[in-house]
Amino acid sequence: MNSFLPVSGVTLMQKFAWRWLLPVVLPGFLFLSCQTTEPAGQELPAALADNGGISLPSGFGAVLVTDTLDKGARHIAIRDNGDIFVKLKQTANGKGIAVLRDSDGDGAADQKEMFANFTGTGMRIHNGYLYASSDTTIFRYKLNENTLLPDTIGELIASGFPVQRSHASKTLAFDGVGNMYVNIGAPSNICQTEDRVAGSVGVDPCPQRDRQAGIWKFSDSQPNQTQTEHGVNYARGIRNAVALSWNTSTNSLYALQHGRDQLNTLWPEKFTDADNEILPAEEFLQISEGDDFGWPYCYFDQNQNKKVMGPEYGGDGKEVGRCEGVKPPIVAFPGHMAPNDLLFYTGNQFPESYKNGAFIAFHGSWNRAPLPQAGYFVVFVPMTDGKPSGDWQVFAQGFPQIPEVKNPSEAAFRPVGLAQGPDGSLYISDSVKGRIWRIMYYGV
Amino acid sequence: MNKFLSIFLISLFFLAACGGNTGQQSAEPETKPEVAEETPTVSATQLAAGETVFKTYCMACHMADGMGVPGMNPPLSKTEYVNGDKDRLIGIVLNGLTEPLTINGETYSGIMAPHSFLSDDDIANVLTFVRSNFGNSSGPVTAAEVAARRAKQ
Repeated sequence: MNSFLPVSGVTLMQKFAWRWLLPVVLPGFLFLSCQTTEPAGQELPAALADNGGISLPSGFGAVLVTDTLDKGARHIAIRDNGDIFVKLKQTANGKGIAVLRDSDGDGAADQKEMFANFTGTGMRIHNGYLYASSDTTIFRYKLNENTLLPDTIGELIASGFPVQRSHASKTLAFDGVGNMYVNIGAPSNICQTEDRVAGSVGVDPCPQRDRQAGIWKFSDSQPNQTQTEHGVNYARGIRNAVALSWNTSTNSLYALQHGRDQLNTLWPEKFTDADNEILPAEEFLQISEGDDFGWPYCYFDQNQNKKVMGPEYGGDGKEVGRCEGVKPPIVAFPGHMAPNDLLFYTGNQFPESYKNGAFIAFHGSWNRAPLPQAGYFVVFVPMTDGKPSGDWQVFAQGFPQIPEVKNPSEAAFRPVGLAQGPDGSLYISDSVKGRIWRIMYYGV
Repeated sequence: MNKFLSIFLISLFFLAACGGNTGQQSAEPETKPEVAEETPTVSATQLAAGETVFKTYCMACHMADGMGVPGMNPPLSKTEYVNGDKDRLIGIVLNGLTEPLTINGETYSGIMAPHSFLSDDDIANVLTFVRSNFGNSSGPVTAAEVAARRAKQ
């Protein structure tokens, strides 16, 4: 939004300068280039020497916004004025959402308020409102001009979702033209006759796909909607899309699926521990209305680069069968790493190569036991026109504070939520202690 | 809102059920439960057999160190669910668990599958293994106790 210096403008200016006004224009040009990496009129706070315990690519640094939300955080959302809303993993003094403000610009929050009596994961800011979901209900709160707290009487936007224990996060995305997209996860691992019982076959057709395992579309402003009366089944066959985001550069919905668990322990005669370590892929999906990504019948094998039938539906790890033509992911990550948030970078602070690319927070695996766990980092996928334009790379790592995680409970920190500040800083939240990092680019 | 309330009340119930030992566990990890005094001997054969069953059926979710997965699969270490009432513990293995439970302030929402397909011996051995490891020392479970609990189904 603040980008007033497109590349083509630079080219024109350079041509102009070459002929006539080189001594005048070149210094001005250099000055303006600086403006694209550091927002005008705002000094970035100095990075901590240890970046708050994580490592980052060269040129980047981090400060700690907070280290005192000891209930653990889930998703975060940031206002235009820089106030940070944090969904807590568990309520603190009966409150489930914290609002933080850094009033002196040193990077650390110095004001805090709490409100709302529920927890959950989903939270986004849209059209002057904070949208926040419990596992069963979506509320919105009108933001106030001057106060930290929004109007704390929430407006009920949507409810009537199936009550479920597994994959209950109602994560949210908005398309900017009146629609809200909601993840409704599958209530099981893989729709077996008996959930998570070795050798139990899949129910076919899987009835869980009727009201779950997909994305539902609602109005972003109509109060008191219910899934059955107002929700539109926008996409099907997605096991659980905790990371769900609208890409404003291509006007399309994207998500990452938490892939199925336990290929090895449920089907030991077909899959080894080493197979299960990386299979199935965690899928990065581009979602158009009406898409079906095949859960529970199909999973994506990144080694074979195709969707194959799951063992619950007669698959042997190779047979494609009914999965022929099922829409593949745009990026296939190794298994079980638990992608929990997705952010398309639209800021001007980071180098140009980050523009419109995707940051993904991987909460970290548990289902790789007895082999070491993986994830526990934030990756970056460079993208052009909504498609990957290069290999994914680890952006922020070291969250667990130990070299190898055998059990998730050993990890000191686990990244779970992402948000972009008004100056283009990237914020990362942690589910273990509620630590929040602000990542900034200082130049190499 | 009624659903909220019921989930909240259920959580409260479980919190209360295991509330008695929460402080003690974190404050004094060295302290052994009092039942240790009268613990019958646990045979090495039973422990070895139990470890095999554990690795096959339990470890994927409860982890090699029995610490479980935060938010999902509960720990088997120093909890009343493991070291307390054997009948309840055997029942969980036979029937699985679908209600959320709270241990030491952390709520676990994972679903445990029923394991009634395991033999009485297998269940007795694995529970003996669990009750003798991960910081637990609350004594064996016998096949007869499993059979008696199974008969009540």
